Amino acid sequence: VSIAIAGIGIHPFGRFEGVNGLELGAKAVRAALGDAGIEWGDVQFAFGGTLGGAIEGSDESIQADQLVGHLGLSGIPFTNVHNGCATAGSTLALGMAMIESGAYDLGVCVGFDKHPRGHFNATPEQHGLPHWYGDLGMMITTQFFGMKINRYMHDFGITNSTLAKVAAKNFRNGAKNPNAWRRKPWSEEEILESRMLNYPLTQYMFCSPNEGAAAVVLCSEERARQLKDRAIRLRAVTLRTRTWGSFEVFAPWLSVERGHAPTVDAARACFEAAGIAPADVDLAQLQDGEAGAEVMHMSETGLCADGEQEALIQAGETEIGGRLPVNTDGGLIANGEPIGASGMRQVVETVLQLRGDAGERQVPGDPQVGFTQVYGAPGVSCCTILTR
Amino acid sequence: MLTTVHMPTTHRPIADDLFTETADGPRLVGGRCPRCDTVVFPRATGCPKCGSDEVQAHLLSARGTLFTFTTQGFLPKEPYTGPETEETFTGYAVGYVELPGEVMVETRLTEADPARLEIGMEMELVIVPFRTDPDGTEVTMFAFAPLGMSS
Repeated sequence: VSIAIAGIGIHPFGRFEGVNGLELGAKAVRAALGDAGIEWGDVQFAFGGTLGGAIEGSDESIQADQLVGHLGLSGIPFTNVHNGCATAGSTLALGMAMIESGAYDLGVCVGFDKHPRGHFNATPEQHGLPHWYGDLGMMITTQFFGMKINRYMHDFGITNSTLAKVAAKNFRNGAKNPNAWRRKPWSEEEILESRMLNYPLTQYMFCSPNEGAAAVVLCSEERARQLKDRAIRLRAVTLRTRTWGSFEVFAPWLSVERGHAPTVDAARACFEAAGIAPADVDLAQLQDGEAGAEVMHMSETGLCADGEQEALIQAGETEIGGRLPVNTDGGLIANGEPIGASGMRQVVETVLQLRGDAGERQVPGDPQVGFTQVYGAPGVSCCTILTR
Repeated sequence: MLTTVHMPTTHRPIADDLFTETADGPRLVGGRCPRCDTVVFPRATGCPKCGSDEVQAHLLSARGTLFTFTTQGFLPKEPYTGPETEETFTGYAVGYVELPGEVMVETRLTEADPARLEIGMEMELVIVPFRTDPDGTEVTMFAFAPLGMSS
């Protein structure tokens, strides 16, 4: 069985006063249905992903299946998915399995969220951690990013200039994306001179939580032929969690035996399942919660070796015209992070690029293979591979 | 340093069973699995490596090396309970200190200037004031200081 993405829809990412999370999600679903040329009544199942009220201050619309109230009470199986930063990817993995089972041939996967301003503030108890860990100001995700890239720069010779180049590229790509949130390009100097939030990461190297939604219509290959002649294939979706020795967010301690990140396992399994090699990838959307994450995820996914990022990024190879364009829509840095929607945004962008419909930010040379990756607390990664 | 200095009459640690005083100075209380020798921090009952439920209290080494670090450049939201306000917040540093053969612990550092911190430097455990409660009780926390800079 082969799975196709017959339709994509996105609600712009940003801040939308007076609109709740469900309304954002419903708009993305309607756009995806319109793109596929179908109606809600044609949809046989749906998976809806949101973190909702689990993130303090976020919109309380935690039950994605309430979307039926906006789209139509058609009685279909609608399942809520709540799986950290891999929420959107998990909806795709489940949607793919539903169609592979042969029981269904068309469904919708949607992700949305609406978070308050400022850094995510989790409570220790929610994560099974002692209260003192939060009391002392160590339960802050951005510190983890600073510590992980600080060590990586020390081990593999990545420079501050490279971090700034990643952020500058993503803002520049975002400026060409009408659905992005931060559309003003910043120079490397401005990025390096902005406020130091978590050494060595400055303010403009970070993404911020915000609001948005994205959706896709998944269907069987046979159904895709009836719908649209330019459907993009979803070749593999893989989800992995942390193993012994990985360096994870919200960890009061780490093992002295060092291991590898969950992204390494998820990416390896994804390439294997798709029968595609990292060298075949024409463009990638990688989790850039901050600039250092994009650098580290390039090697964790196998798209380059540890330390090679320095030369690749300095030479502009991850720019839209480069050998391996990364985060062509501006990534999290320009789009912000509504957690439940973030991974779906990556897939929507990849479909646009593979169709050749990405306009001003289109990757040249008729790209055939796209790769996406998310990573998040408490050590979960989801990767996808899409092809023409 | 990390909080306003005054003359408190009573002290209490930020949590019970987190650190303790010994004849050789303060020590963190971790756990050691009798089955696979894995060391964890803070003490837990179950072993995350082999699944044993017999993890025993184990006093961790008070010295180690700085595996990595970062700074906190903005005042954290809740659940942080430090004494600073937006006006008084000047930042602090955190890092992972590798205790050889045991475990890496995440910890506040007494030195907040990244220019004076270096991956691989020798660190030692200290107990320092964190905040003062409304009743005048001084709440203490553990931190690591670059070796030779703990006083």
